[in-house]
Amino acid sequence: MLGISKKKRISYLVNLAIVFLIYFGISTLIAQRVINSYYSDIINMMLINIILAVSLNLVTGLLGQLVLGHAGFMLVGAYSAALFTLNVKLPFTVSFPIALIIGGLAAALSGFIIGVPALRLRGDYLAIITLGFGEIIRVIANNLTITNGAKGLYGMESLNTRHNLTGMFTYIFFIAVFVIFLNFTFGTSRHGRAVIAIREDEIAAEAAGIHTTYYKLLAFVLAAFIAGVAGGLYAHQIGLIDPSKFDFNRSTEILVMVVLGGMGSITGSILSAGVLTILPEALRGFSNYRMLLYSVVLICVMLFRPTGLLGRSEFSLTGAFEKIRSTVGGNKKNAAKKEG
Amino acid sequence: MPVLETKNLGIAFGGLQALQDVHFSIEKGEIFGLIGPNGAGKTTVFNLLTNVYVPTEGVISLDGVNIVGKKTYQITQNGIARTFQNIRLFKDISVIDNVKIAMNYQMKYSVLSGIFRLPSYWKEEKAVTERAYELLKVFHLEEHADDLAKNLPYGQQRKLEIARALAANPKVLLLDEPAAGMNPTETKELMETIALIRDKFKVAVLLIEHDMNFVMGICEHIVVLDYGRIIAEGSAEEVRSNPKVIAAYLGGE
Repeated sequence: MLGISKKKRISYLVNLAIVFLIYFGISTLIAQRVINSYYSDIINMMLINIILAVSLNLVTGLLGQLVLGHAGFMLVGAYSAALFTLNVKLPFTVSFPIALIIGGLAAALSGFIIGVPALRLRGDYLAIITLGFGEIIRVIANNLTITNGAKGLYGMESLNTRHNLTGMFTYIFFIAVFVIFLNFTFGTSRHGRAVIAIREDEIAAEAAGIHTTYYKLLAFVLAAFIAGVAGGLYAHQIGLIDPSKFDFNRSTEILVMVVLGGMGSITGSILSAGVLTILPEALRGFSNYRMLLYSVVLICVMLFRPTGLLGRSEFSLTGAFEKIRSTVGGNKKNAAKKEG
Repeated sequence: MPVLETKNLGIAFGGLQALQDVHFSIEKGEIFGLIGPNGAGKTTVFNLLTNVYVPTEGVISLDGVNIVGKKTYQITQNGIARTFQNIRLFKDISVIDNVKIAMNYQMKYSVLSGIFRLPSYWKEEKAVTERAYELLKVFHLEEHADDLAKNLPYGQQRKLEIARALAANPKVLLLDEPAAGMNPTETKELMETIALIRDKFKVAVLLIEHDMNFVMGICEHIVVLDYGRIIAEGSAEEVRSNPKVIAAYLGGE
């Protein structure tokens, strides 16, 4: 391949190896029933939340626009995917991936429709419009016959069977990995740079020859697509969906994950999506005080790290190694000085 | 044929005629000055040229083609790049990425090649990085390539903004008060840089500036605006001795 430095290639390989190690580690534990189905469900939900947070990070972190209705896109994806697998007579292993793509496309289409008027303007119109969209789409799903109203859809199959406990995990895990990969590469491509330029200064970006409306739509539709796929995964992971699962609280929850992790930091989103999925479960022992503690944690993080856990920086192994090496090296130097 | 020409250019904001009958023509490789007292409408001229405002009358032709009504980014792509009176850099990203962003429209690879890192991505990114470094070298910024733009000292931020405008491969470079806030040494250095840019990149430069030594020292042709109209034009000598200009600056009669 052209132009890849040796160092980069090694770090790509190391990351790939780590991904597979994690995958084989967890899937073996699930298959051997060391991790029971309760915990494996939490892991799956965590991965779905990671997908959602990372996709929202595309718009909120990279493009710098506030989105208050991400659950709306998830709803569109979840319902279209579920309706497809419920109504199409195909083996589930075939219909499931098609359903995910359909879910993604449906969400991308709705993103496009609301993005065109909202993103031609400068400023915070997107926040209000997506807020409205999230509520409208939920009310629609609550009242249509095809979506089965407030009762929602149920009976979706899952890839997990008695003999195959890791079916869903495998799917969700690799989609999550792919989405994370996509965010990194998109962010460092010319398109990602253009999107970041718009975040930094829209007027200057336009003066630098950037077609701002196009790039804003690109990031927004891409995020909507990913949220739709996550919705499809969610529908089949849970097995039943109803409109109340995709309300404003859900949108806020995803937004909190992005803000808490540090806007614009993908690894930050991953970290906080993981923590915020596990936290409510881990706090179950405190029963009534659960949500109180949850909020206290959020407030503390925002007080002590207002830019989020990782700010705008990314965690990388090479970076971590270099830091450790330099601190150890620094200590040695200091020690040598003292002796001298 | 002039590279940039305006005829009968004017704009009214409601009842206020901000500019009227502005006409000038800039030849290839010329350094052209636009001066006038505060509020004369100089920056408005820039905003008309880049279609931030749409002129209510008149024609702007770039290489003989009328560009009135084109979008700002299309005008940049067609060959007019500008800097801003109050620096507008992409502050939280690296210096070199600031330059690369202006080269974006000259790159071809698709979203998918970018995401999947296909060979076209590596090829074009490599080429663009080299070009960006060369451009930074002209402004002695190559050592700061990986620093965040906001961490540069003021004078270098001004230079980076010019580098970014040049990265868009313009035929005409618009500089809005490039020497504002600079000390005499920096101003002198900037004059040399602008002359160098003209020779190296073969661009015409249209600049707004209040520093008269700067304008008189570098511009081959000067247009003086007052209350939205051209009151004088010509070489530095001609403008300097024009009684109308003296009256506009110092008050006359």
